[in-house]
This record gives sequence, structure tokens and C-alpha cells, in this order.
Amino acid sequence: MTELTKHEPTTIYIKPSSGLAALRLGDLWKYRELVFFMIWRELKVRYKQTALGALWAIIQPVMTMLVFNFLFGTVAKVPTDGIPYPIFAFSALLPWGLFAAALNQGSRSLTANHNMISKIYFPRLVLPISSVLAGLVDFAISFVILVGMMFYYNITPSWTALWALPLFMLLAIITALGVALWLSAINVKYRDVNYVLPFLTQFWLFITPVAYSAKVISDQWQLVYSLNPMAGVVNGFRWALLNAGSGPDAALYVSAAISLLVLVSGLFYFRSMERTFADTI
Amino acid sequence: MTTAISVKNISKRYDIGTAQTKFRYGMLREQIVDTIKAPFRFAASLVKRNPQLAPRNSGQNFIWALKDISFDLEEGKVLGIVGRNGAGKSTLLKILSRVTEPTTGTVSVRGRVGSLLEVGTGFHPELTGRENIFMNGAILGMKRAEIDSKFDEMVDFSEVGQFIDTPVKRYSSGMYLRLAFAVAAHLEPEILVVDEVLAVGDAEFQRKCLGKMSDVAQQGRTVLFVSHNMSAILRLTQEAIVLNKGKLLMRAPTQEAVDFYLSSGQAESGERIWDADEVSAASAPFRPTRLTVRDRSGKVVDTIRSTESSSLEFEYELTAPITGLRVGIYLSTMRGEYVFTSFDTDDPMMFEKFGARSAGRYVSRVILPPDIFNEGRYSVGVNASSFAVKRYFMDENALAFNVDISGAPGTQWPEPRVGPIRPRLEWKIEKISD
Repeated sequence: MTELTKHEPTTIYIKPSSGLAALRLGDLWKYRELVFFMIWRELKVRYKQTALGALWAIIQPVMTMLVFNFLFGTVAKVPTDGIPYPIFAFSALLPWGLFAAALNQGSRSLTANHNMISKIYFPRLVLPISSVLAGLVDFAISFVILVGMMFYYNITPSWTALWALPLFMLLAIITALGVALWLSAINVKYRDVNYVLPFLTQFWLFITPVAYSAKVISDQWQLVYSLNPMAGVVNGFRWALLNAGSGPDAALYVSAAISLLVLVSGLFYFRSMERTFADTI
Repeated sequence: MTTAISVKNISKRYDIGTAQTKFRYGMLREQIVDTIKAPFRFAASLVKRNPQLAPRNSGQNFIWALKDISFDLEEGKVLGIVGRNGAGKSTLLKILSRVTEPTTGTVSVRGRVGSLLEVGTGFHPELTGRENIFMNGAILGMKRAEIDSKFDEMVDFSEVGQFIDTPVKRYSSGMYLRLAFAVAAHLEPEILVVDEVLAVGDAEFQRKCLGKMSDVAQQGRTVLFVSHNMSAILRLTQEAIVLNKGKLLMRAPTQEAVDFYLSSGQAESGERIWDADEVSAASAPFRPTRLTVRDRSGKVVDTIRSTESSSLEFEYELTAPITGLRVGIYLSTMRGEYVFTSFDTDDPMMFEKFGARSAGRYVSRVILPPDIFNEGRYSVGVNASSFAVKRYFMDENALAFNVDISGAPGTQWPEPRVGPIRPRLEWKIEKISD
């Protein structure tokens, strides 16, 4: 007998829940190893039976950067504050890629693992959380490319990058997880989410200064524009890495607060829908 | 004795209304109205706490998968659950293992519940056996250290040793299942919930699984065991409950419960019906319509008792006369070994009389004498042909049925017997010298 079975067994009461569900994040903590294993599985499986393997983590953002470079850098000539366009775009594509992958994988995580949900008990939050976190590895791989490009263009980041980058990544992840919690729970019943996702991702890309600089937005719209947390993340990355633009301002705090609100409401919504997942999926 | 599981008045309602309205065809106007209303309904359902409790159409668009079930189970007991498909067995197990919530009622469960609801859940075909063991263990709630310490034992149990670093997509279905069961069986929960894992796998492996389960029971842990295999239920449990249409019909010592279940005719319908569009045009003028397995009294059953005679009835229609026709059955085990083949005109007298059949509807009926089959599941194939002329129709797996061997020779020893047949043979014992 193992450790686990030696202690006095605890009694679990199963009954129909009603009202606002408790978050029971302690349960999630007990299953932290499962989060780790889900991430590990996701990574193991992601590039199986591809000739290029993990290179895809690099090829995707690099190709996007080349296309953007041609369209916005060479043809449209968007202003970049004197920063070479390739690194201007790539420094934004990194956090954007992290966010977009997290949002998409997270929103599909429940339907993708429907057989687990309908057969076995575990805190369902494990699924979106591990899908979102798995995106960090791709991020780390393409970060190496960014470092190489910075050497090439001879750009030295400021020391603030050390604390600023993790914080902006955290904001990107919080935003993605918050939205993914809502969408994954809705997706269990309404697969419409699968059709909304590509559109949502594309739309969000347009309202985020990835291909262009936030400065092209006219002043009257700046406030509304900066409420998009991803605008804050992308600007923050450029600020910390390339010394472009000004640092975090009040708008960032507002958008961070919005992200937190989405995350917390997403957690509650997810938890209260969770009880019917196994029946509806 | 402490109570391990206490189930109080649980009911579970499934809303089936949505599916019914969604897939109705040809009602364009309603469909359009429905489409326009859909976003509003969607918005409303998002804020509603429990959409289950408010079916869209207030009519009978829901089913009670369980209705007012109550029972207590003491620690260390093994309880069998029998009932036909749709009786609510799986729903009950799902509630006990916290996969889904009851609509009403409460359950208290003392200790960790290990579920074998479906072995291999979370297995990923691209991962190797080793990787899947860790993955599956984590899904079932094991700690990493726990998996590490039992890893070798699991590999031994699964008998896939040398393929442990091969992706499981290259495994045979038997290897896959053995590996999956090995992980689940080494989980050490206080309460083990087992749902029909023994329907697959070969006899040797089934023996190991049953052995593992009785080990678990002997260690004083509580087991809930669902199976269609009555002899496994009889062997492993002392007590059983019978469910029918979501209601608990009886709780009794296993032998009594199984007898009640088998004789009350709720067992799975042993019937196969061919619709006109299922049969290829090449079969004409032969058209199969129905195949049934019947017990001694002529009732259509899914499970026959090996100690009683039973029958197979094959109904078909000839749209034109056929000469030299023979209609027959193949019987094989689920592993694909043939047990025997027999045709309705094997007897020359019968062939003379029925070799040429005019157009019309027919039934070919055959009695299967007692004491032929061993326990397990058998597949019935059908064939209609004229020898060396034409094969009109053949379906190798038309229907399957179970054989329950309770009372058969040798069942006083609770062990599986190898071989597809289990004849009642007459032995003589003589003493030759002192």
C-alpha cells in the first residue's frame, strides 16, 4: 500500500450543485502533476510525424514576419520609429503568437479531450490551463530567433526587459486564458465557437499593433484602442526590447484590470458550467 | 463495518429535447424561425445555471436515466450491477466516480474512487507505451512517485515488455487493452468501479483481470462491478443489484439476482433486422429480414444458458424461386475461431423437399442443444447459397449472443475453461488396483 491509501480516507459528498460554484482551486493544485503531464503530452505529440519537427515553431513566425515585411515594410512602408521593420514585426509576433496559440488551443481543449471528460473525474480546469501553458515552449523556441535578430541589428535591450517581459507575457497569458475559459465552456455545448475562433483571432490581430505601430491610431481613438490588453502587451514588448515608444501608462493598468476581470469571471463561468460538461459534450 | 458508499434517492435526468428538434428535416419554416431564435436562446442559456433543469420544450423531451436509487455498501464488499443496456448502470457508475452530477439526491463516498469506466482514457496513439503509462496514471489520479514505483509491475502485467518504447498506435488491440488495464489495475483506490472491461481480450487475459479484481476485493477494498458476463458476476460478487429503466428492481445475493435478471427477460434483445436498403441488390432474389436468438421458451434473448436448449431463427424472403438453395449459419467465437457450420438442407431428405423453394417468405429454425457452448460471447454468421452455383447472401457477423454457464459441468470450480465448447461428457472412473 502506498502513502496515499494509508491515511484515513476522506468522505466525498456528491450532490447536485446550485448557485455560484466555488472555484475549489485547491483541487486544481492536487492535480498539478496532471497539468504537467498534459503539457508534456501536448509537446510530445505536437510535431510527431512531421519532417521538420520543432522547426515549425520557428518557421511559422518567421514566415509571417517575411510576409508582413513585404506588405507593410516594403510596399505600405508603415512608420516604425526608425526600427528595422523585420525586428519591429518579430518582436510583436512573439507575444502575439503566444496569445493566439493559447487562445485557440485553450478554447478547443475541452472538445479535443471529450473522451477524458466523459469518462474520468478530474478538475476540468486542467485542460484549458495546460493547453495555454503549452504555448510557452513555442514561445521560448522563437525567442532564440529574436535574440539572434537583435544581435544582427545590433540592438541592446534595456535592463527593464528582465522584469518587464515576464510581466507582459503574464498579461498575454491571463488574457488568453480568460477568453479561453469562456469559449471552451461555451464550446462544449455550442460548437459555433470553432467557427468564431479564426475570425476572432484575425480581428484581434487587426486591432493589435503587430504589423503597424500604435502611433498610426488617431488621438481620439487612442484611449479605446489601448483598452485591448494585447495592445499593451505588444507595445510593452517593443518598449522593453527595442526601446520604442513610451513605457506602461494608465491605459495598461486599465486593460490589465479588464483581463483580470475576464479571467475571474471566466473561472466562475467555467466552474458553474463544469457540472454539465460530461452530459453535453 | 463502516459504510463506503451511501446512495440516497439519486435521480439523473438527461435532456434529449435539443437533439430531437435539431435533426428534424423538411420543416423549413420552423427551421428558419428556429435559426432566428437561436442566438437569443443561446444568450439565455449562457446565463442559466443549469440548462438541464429547463428543457426547451416543456414536453417529455428528457429521460430519467436513474430514478430514485438508494443503497448502501459496506467497506470491503463487492457489489455486482446487472441490467440491460440503457438500464442506468453506467450513469450510476459515472455519478459515483464524479464524472457527472445527479439531478437530485446525494451520494457520500468514503475514500478515493478508482474508475475503470473506460480503460485507456487519455492514451495517445503517438505516445509510446511507457509515456502512456505515465500519462494515463496521472489522469487516473496517481502521483508520479506512485507510478514510478509500480512501473515494472504494470509492464509485467501488460505483457507488452519489449514494445514498451513503441508508439501505441502500432500495438494490436489486445496489447493496447492489456496495457491500459495494467495501469488502471495498479491504481490503489479504496473503491474500485469497473464497467465491462472484460468484454474484450483473450481468455488468459480475462483470467488475469478477474484475478486482479478479486485481489483488490480481498485487500478489503470496495468494488462495484458491472458486466454482461453473468458468470463473472457470479464468480466475483456476493451481492448484486438489478437495474431496469433507471429503477432499482432488486438487491439480493448474486445467484438470486442473476436468476431473476436472466428469467425476467430484460436481457439484451438477441435480434438482427435487415432493412431493405441494407441488403445489396446482388443478393436478389434472396432477401434476409430477421435473425433471432431464442431461449428454450422461444423468447428472444441476448444471453442463453448453456444448460438449456436454445434456437436460432432466420427469416427471409425469396422474390423469385431458387433451386438448390441452402440457408445456414456459422458460429464463431469473438476471437474469430469457427465453432461449426450448419445448413438447413444438410439432411438429404430436407434437401429433396426444400432444395427448390418458390417465391415467398420463409423461416429456417434450428435448435441448439444444451451443453455445447463454453461461457463467453459467440458470433452468428448467415449464408444463403446454391452449392457451386451462386452465393446469394452472406453476413459473417450478423448477430452475437452471450452464453451463461451457470450450472454447467465443472462450474463448481470458479475458473475459466479453455476452448470454445463445453460439452457435458460422461466420465467413468474405475479402480484398477490398490
